[in-house]
Amino acid sequence: MNAALTVRRYTYRERVMHWLTALTYSYCLLTGLAFYSPHLFWIAEVLGGAPTSRFWHPIFGTGFLAVAVWMHAVWRRDMAITEADKSWLDHVEDYATNRDDRVPAQDRFNAGQKIFYWLMYYGALALVTTGVVLWFPEYISFRLAWIRQVAVLLHVCAALATIGGFIVHVYMSVFLVPGSGAAMLFGTVPAAWARTHHRLWYARVSGQADPEK
Amino acid sequence: MSNGPLQIKAISGHAGPVAGSNTSRDYDVCKLIDVTTCIGCKACEVACLEWNGYPFRETVFDNTYQTMPDMAWNYYNLIRFNEHTAEDGTFSWLMRKDQCMHCADPGCLKACPADGAIVQYSNGIVDFQQEHCIGCQYCVTGCPFNIPKLNPVTKKVHKCTLCSDRVGAGLEPACIKACPTGCLHFGSKDDMTELAEKRAAQLREHTAHTHAGVYDPPGVGGTHVIYVLHDIEHPEAYGGLPKDPRIPLLVRIWKGPLKWLGNFAIGAGILAAAAHYVRFGPKKVEEEKSAENSGVTK
Repeated sequence: MNAALTVRRYTYRERVMHWLTALTYSYCLLTGLAFYSPHLFWIAEVLGGAPTSRFWHPIFGTGFLAVAVWMHAVWRRDMAITEADKSWLDHVEDYATNRDDRVPAQDRFNAGQKIFYWLMYYGALALVTTGVVLWFPEYISFRLAWIRQVAVLLHVCAALATIGGFIVHVYMSVFLVPGSGAAMLFGTVPAAWARTHHRLWYARVSGQADPEK
Repeated sequence: MSNGPLQIKAISGHAGPVAGSNTSRDYDVCKLIDVTTCIGCKACEVACLEWNGYPFRETVFDNTYQTMPDMAWNYYNLIRFNEHTAEDGTFSWLMRKDQCMHCADPGCLKACPADGAIVQYSNGIVDFQQEHCIGCQYCVTGCPFNIPKLNPVTKKVHKCTLCSDRVGAGLEPACIKACPTGCLHFGSKDDMTELAEKRAAQLREHTAHTHAGVYDPPGVGGTHVIYVLHDIEHPEAYGGLPKDPRIPLLVRIWKGPLKWLGNFAIGAGILAAAAHYVRFGPKKVEEEKSAENSGVTK
């Protein structure tokens, strides 16, 4: 097989979807960090002023959830956790130390990618649910002030959880796994890349027999 | 008061003593509200509107002697009216002047993310600076007294300033100036505390209000607005005055341990990713050999 051969990894729709979540999440991340720490408040000023950031943050957040729901409709099946993911998790140390030859063959997404997906999906739901309370606190009476307090705390917790995932995601796609950034930009990966990281998926889409059998 | 030299010494054509005379020159200020001598006349409400230049708001009549259901962004000061039946069956009207308490440990300031939107002066006044306010209303979440109110048009939050603009010029707040019964006093915290304790002792000894006391809640570090109450055991009877107000626990967790934990985790996460890259480097795709044996590497 020709090593220069490429495989279509993401459709145009999937790439648009991904970059819309990236844009909306990044805006919320930057403005959210500005509201989170006084040392990062300058970010809000750079992005057009803090009242402007306060105005757009919840709107971009709602947009993030909307795209996440769309993404869910498209990727729900690909992202379902299966029995096979257990074996990947058993080899997570091999994966993390780049001993990829010891990691079992993977389908389109490995367990790590799936965990990241579900973290961001449920993170988006939690952030918007609590965020609505922070968006319109004036409609919550003082008797129910605990709702505001719980919401602000959970909003920060959910944001921190997604930031953890986001750091890993950006590190892996930009630095750790060369080719994955180009895949999300242009839609294709080299066949060798597909064989290395997602052999079951490659076998399926390239019409080869399942190499595990 | 904040500026000794500009304290007024004499006033022409002025009935009664010069406001603030004979008070100590301590730096922190305090408003004393003796609810036992409040007659609910609302002169303080009117004075507050006049000084701050707000029109009288629309209101709803709820069959009580309360001006409106709640304070508003342009209504800082409300006499809360409560009909109260004591345990012995005696009935009374409780009037309480409700406004910002100017906490020594202000929950609004702790919760606010906007640089410079809330300041605490060294004389104890907690003041909102609307030009820096971003309208997030975290102050509403941080306040244990339900005070800050949003202007829905400008998206800026407002509350009682304790007339910082008047106090800065050596004048007493507008509400104090307007009070006809002398139930409002203004001076240093020490002087007002002493006056309040004296009044509470008088009530305990010479009236039936044997539980009279001074409301200066320690949970928020004390306040720069203090009350003399008929019954210090039941502040809730005065229309939602909390018995032991504190900055909400969840707000303290959010602005305390959670913040440091989050800062640490974000920093550690980024450093860990960099360390991982230096130690293990990027993943490599299978070499050309895999092209020969159809990807089977085991």
